[in-house]
Amino acid sequence: MNKLSLFVIALLTWLSLTWTLNYQDVLAGIAISLSITFLLGDIYVINPRKIFSPKRMFWFLYSLLVFSVYCIKANFIIAYRVLHPGLLISPGIVKVKTEMMSPLGRAFLANYITLTPGTLTVDIEGEYLYIHWIYVMTEDVERATGIIAGRFESILKRVFE
Amino acid sequence: MNEVIGLVIIGIGVAFNLLGCIGLVRLPDVYNRLQASTKCVTLGTWSILLGTFLICGFTAIGMKAILCGVLIAFASPTAAHALARGAHKAGIKLWERSVCDKYEEDGK
Repeated sequence: MNKLSLFVIALLTWLSLTWTLNYQDVLAGIAISLSITFLLGDIYVINPRKIFSPKRMFWFLYSLLVFSVYCIKANFIIAYRVLHPGLLISPGIVKVKTEMMSPLGRAFLANYITLTPGTLTVDIEGEYLYIHWIYVMTEDVERATGIIAGRFESILKRVFE
Repeated sequence: MNEVIGLVIIGIGVAFNLLGCIGLVRLPDVYNRLQASTKCVTLGTWSILLGTFLICGFTAIGMKAILCGVLIAFASPTAAHALARGAHKAGIKLWERSVCDKYEEDGK
């Protein structure tokens, strides 16, 4: 089941990459997907039922939507700060606590934080994330968590847990 | 019509990539510069790829643009994270006007 889902994902990626249904391309795709499945199937540890559950898919798409809204907003703010003659920045590394338990969920949270302009994940230690913040509003762990991670965490929890 | 919208979105993407490059030059230390480079990716490169997809539609080129976007979404933050952590481990200090460094305080 686990390997089958990896095979399906690899084959779908291959088909969208080549974008033909010519039998030669499809056969090559099947061969490559099979070799990927047998070479890398052991390090692929996600529960396949979670990937194909429609509820989780929906929340994942919703998290992408929320992320793009924050991302566009933050892009304009950072662009203004960088273009301002006085360079309106006060950078620093703050600590953020996450309640997420699954490693994949933590990885996604860290990536969302990094892709949002203005924040950059430096390291994860247990349940703490160290975030480089271009404009530090608060050094307090609780409040920084609310501002940086809070907007994604509640949605990502529904996707990964 | 799709072509016009696509070209406008590509224009926005190029403008934001330019802003990211200006940030790369103006910002003071390695961490802030990494911020500028990841900022380029989000609105800049994704807009260019989205514009390409809108112009080409569901063809081989358009689908490759979408797959590139997905790949960048994983590769770019991972690379930025690895560079920032590596720089901190190598002992590169934050800019002198930085506010706080909790990572240093925790002795990592």
